[in-house]
Amino acid sequence: MRCFVWLLLGLALLGGCSDNPHPWALRDISGLLPPLAFELHDGSGQPRSEADFAGDVTLLYFGYTHCPDICPTTLARLSGVVRQLKEGAGQVRILFVSVDPARDTPAVLRAYAHAFGPQVVGLSGSQAQLGKLAKRYRVSYGLGKPGADGQYEVSHSSAVFIFDAHGQARLLATSTDSDASLVADLARLLPGDTGGEG
Amino acid sequence: MQPGNSALIYLLPWDFYPAVVLFCVLLAGVYVRGWLRLRQTAERPGYAPLTAFLVGLLLVYVVMHTYVDYLSQHMLWIHRVQHLVLHHLAPFLMLLGAPWQMLPAGLPAGVRNSLLPRLWRNPLLRGLYRGLQNPVVAPLLFVGLIYFWLIPDIHFGAMLSATRYQLMNWSMLLDGLLFWWLILDPRPDHAVGRLGFGGRIVILSLIVPPQIIIGAHIALARESLYPVYNVCGRAWPISPLVDQQIAGLVTWIPTSMMSVIAMLIVLRRWMHERTRDPLPVNRGALS
Repeated sequence: MRCFVWLLLGLALLGGCSDNPHPWALRDISGLLPPLAFELHDGSGQPRSEADFAGDVTLLYFGYTHCPDICPTTLARLSGVVRQLKEGAGQVRILFVSVDPARDTPAVLRAYAHAFGPQVVGLSGSQAQLGKLAKRYRVSYGLGKPGADGQYEVSHSSAVFIFDAHGQARLLATSTDSDASLVADLARLLPGDTGGEG
Repeated sequence: MQPGNSALIYLLPWDFYPAVVLFCVLLAGVYVRGWLRLRQTAERPGYAPLTAFLVGLLLVYVVMHTYVDYLSQHMLWIHRVQHLVLHHLAPFLMLLGAPWQMLPAGLPAGVRNSLLPRLWRNPLLRGLYRGLQNPVVAPLLFVGLIYFWLIPDIHFGAMLSATRYQLMNWSMLLDGLLFWWLILDPRPDHAVGRLGFGGRIVILSLIVPPQIIIGAHIALARESLYPVYNVCGRAWPISPLVDQQIAGLVTWIPTSMMSVIAMLIVLRRWMHERTRDPLPVNRGALS
C-alpha cells in the first residue's frame, strides 16, 4: 500500500508539471524540448548557428518557399505580431527553416525572407543538417512526388517553436492561437520585461 | 522525414537506446542458456516456449528500436499498436515461454544463488514488488497507465519530450510484464495476495470494460483529441480523424481479445489443478 501511495505521488508530480501561477496563453513546453541548436546556412550562404541569435527571442518555423498557403500566411502573421511588440521587435527573430533545399537556394531564400520583414531569417541546409534539426524538435516532414511540371508538395509541421533569449524552448504556437496570445506571451519572454516572466 | 532508398533505414533504430539493446540481448541470452541447460535435464522444455519468448522479445525490439519507433511518434494509430505490443502482446508471449523456469536456470550460479536471494530479501524491493502485484493494485495500474498516458495534455508532453517518451514506453513494458506474470503464473496461488485462478479470471474480465470505453471514446470522437500529431506532423498524409479512428479500434478490440485468450489459458490451468495435483513447477528465484 505504501508503494501505491508513492506511485500516486509520482503520477501527481508528473501531471502537476504544468501548474503555473501565471499561465501562458500559448502552450508551455518548458523542459520538454532541448535548447535551440542548429548548423544551417542563411540567405547569403553563410553558415549560421544558434550562437548568432544568442540574446534574442527566436521563433523557429519549418516550411518551404513554394508552399502555397500555410507558410506565407504563418510568416506574415508572425512578422505582424513581432511589429506589434514595437521597441521589443528588435529582440525577436523569426527563423524560417526551409526543408526543401533543392529549390530553395540561398538567393531564393533571401528574397523570400526579406519579403516578410527584417526580423525574418531564411535558413536551410543539407538533408542531414535539416534531418538532425527536425529530429531534435520531433517534427516530421516529407517531400511529395514531383508532378508533370516537376513541382512537388512538401508536408511539414505547422508549429512555431518559441525559444527565450537563453535559447531554452518555452512555448509552442499553432495556427489556432490568436495574434493577441502571441503578442502577450512574446512580450513576457523579452529579456528586459519585468512583467513576471515564468 | 524522408526514409532513404535503402531498406536498412527501416531496421536501424530511429533513436539509439542502449537500455533497449541491453534488455533484449541480456534476456535472450539468459533465456536461451537456461533453455539449453534444461534440455539436458528431465524437464526437457520444447520449442514452443522458446519460440514464444523470443518472438515476444523480438516484438519489443522492433517497436522500440526500428523505424516503427519513428512512426509511433508521428502517427497516433501506430503509437497505439506500439503500446498494444509493449503492454499486452509481447509480455504475454514472453510469459508463455515459462521464463520463471528458463531465466533462473540460465543465470550464472553466483547471481542465482547469492545476488537474487539478497535482492529479494531487500525490504524495499520486496515491498515494491508486493505492492505492484497486489490483486487490487495490479489491474488498477494496468488500466490506469493506459488512461494516464492517453490524457491529452500528458500525451502531448510524452510525444514532445524524449525523456517522457522513454518513460512512457518503459512503464508500459514493465507493467505489462508484471501484470501478465500475475495472470499467467502457473502456481495455483500467486505468491502475492494468494491470488487463485478464479481471482485472475475476475481481474481479466474487469479490465475489459475500461479498455473498451477508452478505445470507443477515441474511435468515435468527432474532433481531434491529440493535436500533438498535427503539431509534429504525421508520418504520411492521412486525415487526423481516420488516424484517430484506427487508433481507437486498436485500443478497443485486440486488447479485449487478449483478456479472452488469457482467460482460456487460466481456465485450462484451473481445470488441471482441480483434476490432479498442481502442475510441477520450478519455483525459481522469485517465489
